[in-house]
Amino acid sequence: MSTATGTSLQPGAQPPREPARKPSTMAQALNRALRDSLAADPDVHVFGEDVGTLGGVFRVTDGLAAEFGEDRCTDTPLAEAGILGTAVGMAMYGMRPVVEMQFDAFAYPGFEQLVSHISRMRNRTRGALPMPLTVRVPYGGGIGGVEHHSDSSEAYYMATPGLHVVTPATVADAYGLLRRSIASDDPVIFLEPKRLYWGKDDWSPEQPAEVPAIGRAVVRRPGTSATLITYGPSLPVCMEAAEAAARDEGLELEVVDLRSLVPFDEETVVASVRRTGRAVVVHESTGFAGPGAEVAARVSERCFHYLEAPVLRVAGFDIPYPPPMLEKHHLPDVDRVLDAVSRLQWESEWRDGEGSGSAGEGVR
Amino acid sequence: MTVLEQSGAYHLAPPPAWRPRRDPDPLLPDREPLRLLGTGAELDGELLLELYGQLVRGRRFNEQATALTKQGRLAVYPSSTGQEAAEVAAALALQEQDWLFPSYRDTLAAVARGLDPVAVLSLLRGDWHSGYDPRASRVAPLSTPLATQLPHAVGLAHAARLKGDDVVALAMVGDGGTSEGDFHEALNFAAVWQAPVVFLVQNNGFAISVPLAKQTAAPSLAHKAVGYGMPGRLVDGNDAAAMHHVLTDAVERARRGEGPCLVEAVTYRLDAHTNADDATRYREASEVDAWREHDPLVLMEQELRSRGLLDDAGAQKAGEEAERMAGDMRERMHQEPELHPMDLFDHVFAHRTTQLQQQAERLRAELEAAEAEGIPAAGEQDRHGQAHTDEQGSRK
Ligand SMILES: Cc1ncc(C[n+]2csc(CCOP(=O)(O)OP(=O)(O)O)c2C)c(N)n1
Repeated sequence: MSTATGTSLQPGAQPPREPARKPSTMAQALNRALRDSLAADPDVHVFGEDVGTLGGVFRVTDGLAAEFGEDRCTDTPLAEAGILGTAVGMAMYGMRPVVEMQFDAFAYPGFEQLVSHISRMRNRTRGALPMPLTVRVPYGGGIGGVEHHSDSSEAYYMATPGLHVVTPATVADAYGLLRRSIASDDPVIFLEPKRLYWGKDDWSPEQPAEVPAIGRAVVRRPGTSATLITYGPSLPVCMEAAEAAARDEGLELEVVDLRSLVPFDEETVVASVRRTGRAVVVHESTGFAGPGAEVAARVSERCFHYLEAPVLRVAGFDIPYPPPMLEKHHLPDVDRVLDAVSRLQWESEWRDGEGSGSAGEGVR
Repeated sequence: MTVLEQSGAYHLAPPPAWRPRRDPDPLLPDREPLRLLGTGAELDGELLLELYGQLVRGRRFNEQATALTKQGRLAVYPSSTGQEAAEVAAALALQEQDWLFPSYRDTLAAVARGLDPVAVLSLLRGDWHSGYDPRASRVAPLSTPLATQLPHAVGLAHAARLKGDDVVALAMVGDGGTSEGDFHEALNFAAVWQAPVVFLVQNNGFAISVPLAKQTAAPSLAHKAVGYGMPGRLVDGNDAAAMHHVLTDAVERARRGEGPCLVEAVTYRLDAHTNADDATRYREASEVDAWREHDPLVLMEQELRSRGLLDDAGAQKAGEEAERMAGDMRERMHQEPELHPMDLFDHVFAHRTTQLQQQAERLRAELEAAEAEGIPAAGEQDRHGQAHTDEQGSRK
């Protein structure tokens, strides 16, 4: 999917020489954001497992140790609690640590530090000790990873007061949101959808798109029939579903990319659903007590009188993440999204009771 | 006279009853890793031959699994080429009733313990997370989150002792894994409880790209044992005889109720971390070549030949035996694994929840619809068939 970066050419003006705009991957944009942040602020320090010489297992920190020295991009011992705990101490001393958890599930040994300290240090100390640190977590499935390499842990983070939770879905947002996160005076869980790492996009760091402050959703595709609310790895799925619905059914689906789960941009979501009257929340994390539950509840609270159908969710099943050979059966795909859209009851069957007993059936 | 003074005095001069709970000297590891091959030590020829056969099989297993990865038959393979001696010794030091707690790299130890290679590869092939029954085989599932299986080994060994059973647990971890909190907690529990556990650290030089020097400042990983009050043993991890000797000793010591022990096997990872890793980014080929000179297979073969225990015919026979295993493994791995999408909902709970039941019905409908459209969905392989509809969950 391509994101509009927009040019500000005046009509009739000589086109200036376009800066070299070559396709860039999300991993490259993240790398660029880290580089620019390290260059801009001497208090920024990058550390974690294999982030130095190797440049990270996903190469997101490639070249940073060579460019900025091993003191600013540091290979740590293999210990997530240690990484997050020392980041707390560094932040206490005024630095801005940016740490990498190698894979989603490997952040779990560090949860104690996240939940008991990082998330509430500002609150405990009445503002005396802010925690300006960024925790980068590659997350989600669809890359054929074996056990413990595909978890979507966003609900755990979202349920922890004091943590910002951000997740880009485009190359431009990856750059912009990471820079914003590092500059933030609060701890940010920066979730990187690993199956979008290598997707290329027409983006160049010379023309970074304007990324609004953390906490702003964006309408990726305008529409009138229903709203698909999504984020991260599920955005391309929703965009494809919207294209298919337009092509095959003449439905115009609006797609909202949340970008930030905490803070949650209720206004953008509510405005969209009030326009369309119907909503489906799509994510690959499990559905029960998952991120979509929160979104659906809020939409119901704020849009009740505008809704033509219950807010539906399309999510991963409520099971431990399956082995790679079975993950295709677990991950929400275009068909499941379209199926949910069809369950939004386009005619007024809902009130006739025809589908009433089954409207929620099988919807996750 | 205040309480404060009293406690101050205590810190300055411990009461005479105070003493270290264990004499630190016997706990300290030797300065050099123990070596037996090529030293002229007296060794049991039969045992050497058995170890040799297992090493040849192990090497062949690594080669075959690596080839299968290149053919797309495995999602990923963390090879233990160069570390076969440690893997094999781990399996052979145990008695049947003992338990092994491997990490993802320790497929060979599981196979040498008697498990079916294809079952052991399940995790890495990606058809299921664990392809064997840990209770039946007394091999815990291969653990991916590092060091997290070590406290399990302690708990199991402790439980066995409480029940009066003669069971020892052998827990395996890499050099990088020794930095995790779970490693330290496991060692401490084991020592305090005097649990019959042996910790085997395979120090293969790297945790992905991070060399040991960046992992620890300790003189050796075996030294870590001392602080917890258990002995640390340093052994040449490429010397299968020394490995077997030290591990058997540690296991029997634990069996006698003398408590846990930490063994550091000094070895080297000849291949990259996994097939997905580019080792040239963090190490020189010359370093790898130097270690090839100290290949566990070569060491053993030299020893056996010098003792007149092995000739060309014997070596060929071992090779053929390994080849048969590899051939069988190859053939079975080339068959598509039996995949049952409806399995996703089994074994989440003992009794399936209503929500899961609904989700299972939903997937079944999708699979049936796909089948009706002629799309060979995995639904056709669903051996459970109707069972799922009839039965409300529990498949125990
Ligand atoms: C808790 C945890 N953190 C991170 C990882 C990612 N990871 C997988 S293997 C590895 C290196 C392990 O090195 P070591 O313990 O020395 O074992 P080796 O791979 O050398 O056998 C890392 C960092 C993990 N599996 N688990």
